[in-house]
Amino acid sequence: MYQEIILDHYKHPHGKGLTEPFDAEVHHVNPTCGDEITLRVKTSADGLIAISYDNQGCSISQASASIMFDQINGVTFAAGEQAVDHLVLMLQREVSPDEDILGDGIALEGVAQYPARVKCALLAWMAWKDAAIQASSKGEAK
Amino acid sequence: MAPLDVTAIKRDFPIFNRTVRDGRRLVYLDSGATSQKPVQVLDAEREFYEKHNAAVHRGAHQLAEEATDAFEHARLNIAGFIGAKADDLVFTKNATEAINLVAYSFLNATLKFSRGKDLPDGAERFVLAEGDEIVVSEMEHHANLIPWQELADKTGAVLRWIGLTDDGRLDESTYANVITNRTKIVSVTHQSNLLGSVTDLAPIVKAARAVGALVLLDACQSVPHMPVDVSELGVDFIAWSGHKMLGPLGIGCLWGKSEILAAMPPFITGGSMIETVHMESSTFALPPKRFEAGVPMAAQAVGLSAAVDYLNRIGMAAVAAHEHDLTQAVLRELAEIDGVRIIGPKDSTNRGSAISFVLDGLHPHDVGQILDENGVAVRVGHHCAWPVCRRYSVPATTRATFYIYNDMEDVQALADGIRSAKKFFGV
Ligand SMILES: Cc1ncc(COP(=O)(O)O)c(C=O)c1O
Repeated sequence: MYQEIILDHYKHPHGKGLTEPFDAEVHHVNPTCGDEITLRVKTSADGLIAISYDNQGCSISQASASIMFDQINGVTFAAGEQAVDHLVLMLQREVSPDEDILGDGIALEGVAQYPARVKCALLAWMAWKDAAIQASSKGEAK
Repeated sequence: MAPLDVTAIKRDFPIFNRTVRDGRRLVYLDSGATSQKPVQVLDAEREFYEKHNAAVHRGAHQLAEEATDAFEHARLNIAGFIGAKADDLVFTKNATEAINLVAYSFLNATLKFSRGKDLPDGAERFVLAEGDEIVVSEMEHHANLIPWQELADKTGAVLRWIGLTDDGRLDESTYANVITNRTKIVSVTHQSNLLGSVTDLAPIVKAARAVGALVLLDACQSVPHMPVDVSELGVDFIAWSGHKMLGPLGIGCLWGKSEILAAMPPFITGGSMIETVHMESSTFALPPKRFEAGVPMAAQAVGLSAAVDYLNRIGMAAVAAHEHDLTQAVLRELAEIDGVRIIGPKDSTNRGSAISFVLDGLHPHDVGQILDENGVAVRVGHHCAWPVCRRYSVPATTRATFYIYNDMEDVQALADGIRSAKKFFGV
């Protein structure tokens, strides 16, 4: 499970640190272990969603957030959602990993063998989805 | 006192015949969450089902009589284990339900009182007024915190708590402030499941008595690990779970003083807990039956009774001494590993064998994972005591807990596993 790529992301996370302005902010926790992430999104006029985040937790949750940042920072909701859905299916062992969609995220495949850790791997991605949906519903309300 | 023969004890626990993670020896250091079960307990449960199974306290056929006898004999035996009378022991699903039973007695007494309904004699002690106080501590398991938070929320009572010292103990200097003449109940743990600290009961009981408050003791981590005699504790209730003391899942216990149980309105209602029933209203049985609605967990009671026999054969003083030796060894071993910080008392006086720690630069989940790969089963996270983690500014801990089937080899396996986690992650 602890592949070199994961350890790299864990030790040198990409994109960590909150920025302003933002359209939506969410705080997600993994109540069984105390992993936490605060994630903000800012949608541009052409529908691209910029991400910033801060988190604490285990190597898997930290690495996964860093990988998420690499993969879906500045993409559209549809593209980001595709990646989240693919990750979920991969961790349920229902699809084989697609590097075009997940990038380094394919290294998280081994987490599927440890059900207790699947939540750690999903935490950042689920936070992104929640924030992106909140931001878009705010956009519609305007 | 003769040391425990751990090798012989282990032979009674079928789970140690298996291996984990590619053929490794199972080093089970998670008994604080739930203990393993000896074959004597499994056999007792099986025998109940194979030979005596029937719904207890119902029917007049032979099996129903035998099942009822087995169930009530279990109650007598389990009550004896804590120096209590059978009638003062209520079976529940687990400790969580036992604590809720008391919390809901307060709520139900308060609700019925406010509507002018009949209550058992003495139930005024359970009636809360706006501003009355409920006292817990900051080291409680969520099971002994949330029920009281909810009770306060529903009744307008105020939840107050005893703070903790930096070395992981109840801060006695705050008792006089926190326990006041508005306090109706003080509910604290006997041994912290995260910190391992054992509560010095006398001062807290004294403070509660001085203001006429009831005292409930969460004995989940004490009854399985040390001699406990309710006649010496001076408290009104103790609650614990069978599954942490070699017994089956699905059975817990609430002991209460006779006159106090008698004053409590019921919690869960239905069959078995009644005296007379009419369409308009009903009256309720005496304790313990008043609190045991529905067909009870007879097979689990029989299993827990066998667990009591098993522990009695070893002797609880010997169990405590064994765990004390292991605790000293763990504290010594961990002190030698750079970067390990114990969360809880660092010395073994008044301390049980629940040992939590953090490792600098590494999250407990990752420590737990490497230990698991080495066959060492520990628990990681906040251990259902999240405020304790906040108090000591850690997001979570790795926790090893010990029992009668653990030995020095297990202590070594823990230390070795921590060292290999450090090496693997380069911290
Ligand atoms: C101190 C303490 N209190 C309460 C509980 C709750 O026990 P149960 O989940 O069996 O109801 C536990 C178990 O984890 C505990 O350790």
